Amino acid sequence: MMAESFSDKDDKYTVNFGPQHPAAHGVLRLVLEMSGETIDRVDPHIGLLHRGTEKLIEHKTYLQAVPYFDRLDYVSPMNQEQAYALAVESLLGITIPKRAEYIRILFCEITRILNHIMNIAAYAMDVGAMTPFLWTFEEREKLMGFYEEVSGSRMHAAYVRPGGVARDLPIGLTDRIFSWSNGFEKILDDIEGLLTDNRIFKQRTVDIGIVSKKEALDWGFTGPNLRASGIPWDLRKSQPYDSYEDMDFDIPIGKNGDCYDRYLVRVEEMRQSIKIINQSINSLPSGPVKLIDNKINPPKRSDMKTSMEALIHHFKLYTEGYHVPAGEVYRAVEAPKGEFGVHLISDGSNKPYRCRIRAPGFTHMQGMDFMLRGHMLADVPAVLGSIDIVFGEVDR
Amino acid sequence: MEPDSDNIRNLNDLNGILKISFKDDIIDSLINNNELDILVQKNAIKPIVKFLRNDSNSLFTQLIDIFAVDYPEKQKRFQIIYRLLSMTHNQRLLVRVDLSDGESIESISEIFSNSNWFEREVWDMYGVLFSGHPDLRRILTDYGFEGHPQRKDFPLTGYLELRYDETEKRVVYDKVKLDQQFRNFDFLSPWEGAEHAHNQVTLPGDEKASNDG
Repeated sequence: MMAESFSDKDDKYTVNFGPQHPAAHGVLRLVLEMSGETIDRVDPHIGLLHRGTEKLIEHKTYLQAVPYFDRLDYVSPMNQEQAYALAVESLLGITIPKRAEYIRILFCEITRILNHIMNIAAYAMDVGAMTPFLWTFEEREKLMGFYEEVSGSRMHAAYVRPGGVARDLPIGLTDRIFSWSNGFEKILDDIEGLLTDNRIFKQRTVDIGIVSKKEALDWGFTGPNLRASGIPWDLRKSQPYDSYEDMDFDIPIGKNGDCYDRYLVRVEEMRQSIKIINQSINSLPSGPVKLIDNKINPPKRSDMKTSMEALIHHFKLYTEGYHVPAGEVYRAVEAPKGEFGVHLISDGSNKPYRCRIRAPGFTHMQGMDFMLRGHMLADVPAVLGSIDIVFGEVDR
Repeated sequence: MEPDSDNIRNLNDLNGILKISFKDDIIDSLINNNELDILVQKNAIKPIVKFLRNDSNSLFTQLIDIFAVDYPEKQKRFQIIYRLLSMTHNQRLLVRVDLSDGESIESISEIFSNSNWFEREVWDMYGVLFSGHPDLRRILTDYGFEGHPQRKDFPLTGYLELRYDETEKRVVYDKVKLDQQFRNFDFLSPWEGAEHAHNQVTLPGDEKASNDG
């Protein structure tokens, strides 16, 4: 951070925060107009991680577009793949097997925990607590192990695909997840023991960055940031997708809409996620994990060795890809950060004509200005941490 | 989402109310995927969005998204799409506006604060101007960027690239130079049968057959 300009007459000046700053959670440049220590205006300069994902997807087949979704919000990859898969599936007019839906729920809730522990730990570290970061990373490591077991990849999974999931769970994985989830409640208690009643943490977060219900709606907040302001809205309940209507869980909401409430909502959401994980394991149906239709999903490797038909299907799927009927669709999921939506426009060819990605972080980032006005410079990391920003999805 | 008959009935009612209140301003409307989808005149965007937010039949209190689609072959090549959400009625709604190149549209930032960045993004990516916008700057592209990258006629590889120059000891812009051309193979085939073939463009090679007569 460095002061850019001083004027002699008053103590108004401009501070440049970032683009490289450990508390910026990525590449963010904030131009802060200040009066002394007080912030008058915040002008976030985003786009430093802009890769043109939407444009790139227009040049890829429907299957090739999947990995781009891992790289948007790179701490919660599977939820985003799910939104895309749902959109493609509804254009194709297909329904996926029940087992695939349950596996998606299982892994999307694992992803929610991945995201929330990352956020809480980084947020706590921004306001001065080191230990939660170390403890939660141990848990993240285990969760990424589960990712690796199903997809072969620790982060960019490309596991949830149109038509189901890429492959079935390995033997014994559900037992390992189950024993992990039983122990995780205790870890959460420990982390809460470090933060929830911590005097320093509360001094940094309580009554900081208050968002009223009206403001939360006006600024398009979704997800935990909206719920922390006291609005009970969760797409898993209100517009259930996959099999969320079968799951029994609660939606935690906050009262004051300050940074502390946003932290509390996320902690409680993780406890609910554990509930969902256990339910989806206990009632995991048997059967196929993807649509048995070789026009959309590749045939088995072993079939390809003996069947000419299977070989042709494999070849055509990985060159031309499948054609999606012309039309438009919007599907949204409750990603850990809020409403993540994909608006797909198909012209009947094998590539999307337009793929609009609605990322929750974009609107939350925009809220920085009104949230920080009148606050002190030291509140910037607290507010930034509490709204859970990842630049992969903000810049797209 | 499963089609929900109550919801469809409500959307039909809302559609009727909108048609009475705005008459000719609504060019077209349909109900698709459990969402009301309306195409409106450009000048009506502000009153319609305001009505949708405040009227007790709609209460679309959240602006979820604004984005554009480019159809270069059409006379009005840009379509701006506004996506609204009503939490009270658990409904989603689309408002579309068609614009030709160079035409501007009124900003709705007085109605929804978060339209500010969405409109900046549409300006940045498509070059559509929003009149009355408080701060219409580029948002995602580089400082000093030229062109509007998401237009269909903008090449995927772009025009300029950035590199660090060892002799000048600074970052310089260069024309894009790729060791290999961007590989965009044409795999179109009538693989999925005749029913899919009719809505495709002419398949590569087919133009020769028609010339033979």
